[in-house]
Amino acid sequence: MALLQIAEPGQSAAPHEHKLAIGIDLGTTNSLVATVQSGEARTLTDVSGAAMLPSVVRYQADSVTVGEQAAQAATQDPANTLISVKRFLGKTQTEIQQSYGQLPYDFCEHDGALAITTAAGNISPITASSDILKALKQRAEESFAGQDILGAVITVPAYFDDAQRQSTKDAAELAGINVLRLLNEPTAAAVAYGLDSGQEGIIAVYDLGGGTFDISILRLNQGVFEVLATGGDSSLGGDDFDSLLVDHFKRETGVMNLSPSVLRLFINKAKACKEALSQYAKVNVGLEFDDEKYMVEVTREKFEELAMTLVKKTLRSCRRAVKDAGIVNDEVLQVVMVGGSTRMPIVRSQVKEFFNKEPLTSIDPDRVVALGAALQADVLVGNKPDSDMLLLDVLPLSLGLETMGGLVEKIIPRNTTIPVARAQEFTTFKDGQTAMSLHVLQGERELVDDCRSLAKFSLKGIPAMAAGAAHIRVTFKVDADGLLSVSAMEKSTGVQADIQVKPSFGLSDDQVANMLKESMTNAKDDMQARMLKEQQVEALRVIEALEASLATDSKLLDEAELSNLQTEIAALAVIRESAVEPSDIKAAIEKVDNASSVFAERRMDASIKKALQGQSVDNV
Amino acid sequence: MRYFELFAIPVDYQIDLATVNKNYLELQRAVHPDRHANSSSRDKLLAVQNAAEINDALQTLKHPVKRAEYMLSELGVDIRAEQQTLQDPLFLMQQMELREELEELSSSSDPDAAITQFEQQIKQLDSQYSAQLAAQLASNDEQQWQLAADNIRKLKFVYKLRDELERIEDSLFDD
Repeated sequence: MALLQIAEPGQSAAPHEHKLAIGIDLGTTNSLVATVQSGEARTLTDVSGAAMLPSVVRYQADSVTVGEQAAQAATQDPANTLISVKRFLGKTQTEIQQSYGQLPYDFCEHDGALAITTAAGNISPITASSDILKALKQRAEESFAGQDILGAVITVPAYFDDAQRQSTKDAAELAGINVLRLLNEPTAAAVAYGLDSGQEGIIAVYDLGGGTFDISILRLNQGVFEVLATGGDSSLGGDDFDSLLVDHFKRETGVMNLSPSVLRLFINKAKACKEALSQYAKVNVGLEFDDEKYMVEVTREKFEELAMTLVKKTLRSCRRAVKDAGIVNDEVLQVVMVGGSTRMPIVRSQVKEFFNKEPLTSIDPDRVVALGAALQADVLVGNKPDSDMLLLDVLPLSLGLETMGGLVEKIIPRNTTIPVARAQEFTTFKDGQTAMSLHVLQGERELVDDCRSLAKFSLKGIPAMAAGAAHIRVTFKVDADGLLSVSAMEKSTGVQADIQVKPSFGLSDDQVANMLKESMTNAKDDMQARMLKEQQVEALRVIEALEASLATDSKLLDEAELSNLQTEIAALAVIRESAVEPSDIKAAIEKVDNASSVFAERRMDASIKKALQGQSVDNV
Repeated sequence: MRYFELFAIPVDYQIDLATVNKNYLELQRAVHPDRHANSSSRDKLLAVQNAAEINDALQTLKHPVKRAEYMLSELGVDIRAEQQTLQDPLFLMQQMELREELEELSSSSDPDAAITQFEQQIKQLDSQYSAQLAAQLASNDEQQWQLAADNIRKLKFVYKLRDELERIEDSLFDD
């Protein structure tokens, strides 16, 4: 019989209880999940030992398959097998057709958002992404039987705009994942490398994935990863190299009009051919379809000739990022290669030539992002209280508002460190004008039509005044996830409009809630149970956080304040146990929140003062 | 002046960038939302606000024109949203000549040397106005502040020239 362990009274039996958090790399081609165990980040594998989950979802009338099994069905069932859906996040149908040409899918509009018609109904890219995330979450749950996953850090391309980020977050919410943070992929890779080498200085992360390209320039300094500049192309990746080969096959075979399944065959063959060319100087590609048989020979030389334009395009982004970072190429200490597409010899040699440095590939380029995300998740859930790691990221694309004549006025320029809040004042154009519509845009170009439209909203009830007399103050806020919220206020009257920026082509909060409901089998009960559980977990988190703060900083409160706060905490603890309605717990959390506001402010001020203690403060 | 206080540096137009950067990292280590990921939502909200303010303070302190405008507005002279233009014919004349020179750079026989030479002129103007600004902003005399405002307006012209020059450089040497 095992001996029971009994802790000394007043001491916790598990002083270093490990909390489970995961890092997810939601990739265009493959997705991974990783976690930190015994201080070491590792990717989790499926039963067959594979770490990479193909980002492929097949929708049949009565079943959803994710991963390798779905990928195998791609040629026989192209219209229902969704591949590389990450490229469609936050995009319109027109944009997709412009960027990717012929695709074997039947696109449609569903509730004003883009969707693909499948045997299982209309599927939005967000739903497909959430199905991939669910599979990864399930893998993590199975690896740690029974243990709750507290949250996940999910990576996104640094160059993703607000619409694409918001869509990713919606997908995670649909999958029932608590998002600790959206983390930029190159930053995650830098964390994996940086913590590994312990080096300090400037590093460049060149990240060429299946569908996106990012370049980030970071400065590493005593555990702080400060992104100086980022650039890239959110629709340039390995898939585009494949499509060059598809075009080549078309020219060589003379077959120009491909049916969806032949197109999928060509794409698969192109991908295999590209990968083989990283090892061999020449590859023979056999194309068999419609009782015809073709053999196409591709030399590495020919492929590189085709690929050069794309590689040069990435180098132009590198040059701009280096310039934006305010450095010169020679100051870059290390170049880190991330993403499966950096296996192409042409990419490695061109990057080496550009930075005049042998690029680093010591961590598997397919896994490095997930590993970095897991390291960050581990810190965020509080497994490493002594860690001095801090990630300071930037806004990848400028944010602005439409002004007269279809021009964009930039409010926050690209490469501004986030979180950030910026306000700008506007005025009325006509006498007696009582409303004003605001159009929020993202991008670098001067014209509205050349930027991405994020949202439109109007501020009504402006008092009628002479033209130019009203002062409307518009405030942009971008949080640490890179997500934007905008509010507008007329100064003399205080008329206010507040909007969460939802992508013009994405989902509203209601839509997300509805989809969440629909996805539950016994909608009402499950939903209720899940929300109750969520509120209970949140309440516990609030209580634990406050008790920990009170243990160290209760001296910041006077006796009355302290006892008031303690009463509310105790009340919350009781309601947490007894409540049936999630809203009751929510209300109690809010009460504690209000009671703790003074405490929170004083603690923040104290920590700011402490941060610069011992510094000279003459003349201030 | 709050931003200077926040960064624990002396109130002076001439700042030590190394200290500012070093203190910036310490401040972010204290307030960044990621350092409060396990706190109450009230704490998190405060963390976002504080981190945003520190980022804004850094941008303001680092940029010579923004720093000067900030100091001047703290002294009670806010020119950040002004429509007013500079009334200094001599200066404007000089700017026009410089603009003409700038436009001819790309067609010069040796654009490289011409750009370097032009860069020198910009640097010289920059340090001339900056030195005057430092003294004016340190003064207690309201008249000096008005002169400082004019100097800031002039610096803006100089920086615009510098941006233009960069653009020309890019278009000349980019493939």
